[in-house]
Amino acid sequence: MGSDTLQLALDNIVSPPVLAFALGLIAVAIGGDLRLPDAVYQGLSMYLLLAIGIKGGVALRGADLGDILLPALAALALGIVIPLVAFAVLRWLTPFDAVDRGAIAAHYGSTSLVTFTAALVFLEAAAYAVDGYAATLLALMEIPGIIVGLMLAQRALGGGVAWGASLREVLVGKSILLLAGGLVLGALTGVTGYARIEPFFGGLFVGILTLFLLELGVLTGRRLPDVRRGGVGLPIFALAFPVLTGAAGVLAGAAVGLDVGTATILGVLSASASYIAAPAAVRLALPDANPGYYLTAALGITFPFNLVIGIPLYLAIAKAVIG
Amino acid sequence: MSDEEFHAGEVTLVTIVAEAIVEARLLRALKDAGAHGWTVTAARGEGPRNRRVGDLEGGNVRIETLVSEAVAATIMARLAADWFPRYAVVAWTQRVQVGRIERYL
Repeated sequence: MGSDTLQLALDNIVSPPVLAFALGLIAVAIGGDLRLPDAVYQGLSMYLLLAIGIKGGVALRGADLGDILLPALAALALGIVIPLVAFAVLRWLTPFDAVDRGAIAAHYGSTSLVTFTAALVFLEAAAYAVDGYAATLLALMEIPGIIVGLMLAQRALGGGVAWGASLREVLVGKSILLLAGGLVLGALTGVTGYARIEPFFGGLFVGILTLFLLELGVLTGRRLPDVRRGGVGLPIFALAFPVLTGAAGVLAGAAVGLDVGTATILGVLSASASYIAAPAAVRLALPDANPGYYLTAALGITFPFNLVIGIPLYLAIAKAVIG
Repeated sequence: MSDEEFHAGEVTLVTIVAEAIVEARLLRALKDAGAHGWTVTAARGEGPRNRRVGDLEGGNVRIETLVSEAVAATIMARLAADWFPRYAVVAWTQRVQVGRIERYL
């Protein structure tokens, strides 16, 4: 990383959302309880999804569809290839069976809303512009990875998985409906309509994200004791794989002509692992897969890694490649 | 008021505590088994295995349904076959007195 990127990384560590995450971790370590009431947590995640969707939709309205096509195809391709590679790499790194490997592959193929959001806030603070259709890329990359991961596990089980029903439950679940619904809502209402809700969905955004990250810090802290159960292969995977996929995402972004900020976002989307949509789908479709592995890797290791180190690292790569 | 005016009688109360993510499926299974109604409340707790994603999907739910003895037996049998091996689910039954018994049989 260059010295200015290093400075940005250091600024990122003392940003309110990241500090709140650390507070949640510390609270668990010393036996305190900072969990938000369940309904508040659910409400905050709805707020974040809708806010990201609407904001993306407003930007989408002004965008040229021809500009979006190539990045969208790149995002879809990454969403399909990443879980295939994860599945193969895990076979080499861990003793897990195909069900557990498929479950983990589904998580890394999908994306993390909060990592994406933290990256947007980080890039904004660093004065890098991000194309408005970034939220569309997020929506596009949410599902294909889950399907590929479940298919890989299903193949090993000989087709005994009723994953069609699980997938339906995910597609009509909150995260896709709010994100896709928000995109449509934003595109229809446009800049004028958005101006009326901006104080709530824009102005309060980083504050709400801070509250949400406090909760995620607690959840991550509770997962950390499980890290050693997966052997050394799992933490190695959870730290190294995002770097590989993050770099691949940035390079793919550069290849389709994205600017530094948006290529960084594609890197972040590729590197992040889902811990909302994917765990729900995997739990329903692959009940025999161990959440102690897939949640610990995605939420316990990869999420904090991306939050603190990954995001500035992918920016540094984007700057080196695109300039 | 006498028992007769209440239409009181004995039915089986089935209580199920499960990870929240399976709530919708579980309720469909209860309906299939012959339950006519239920009460769902949020629940907190810990089990011996803790193999669940509950923290992210709303913790646990506690489902209570009042049914005939035969329906209760069907529910418990299906839980044992399809649910206990896969998901974080506990269930127990007890005989209870209810008013307006005709609603439950």
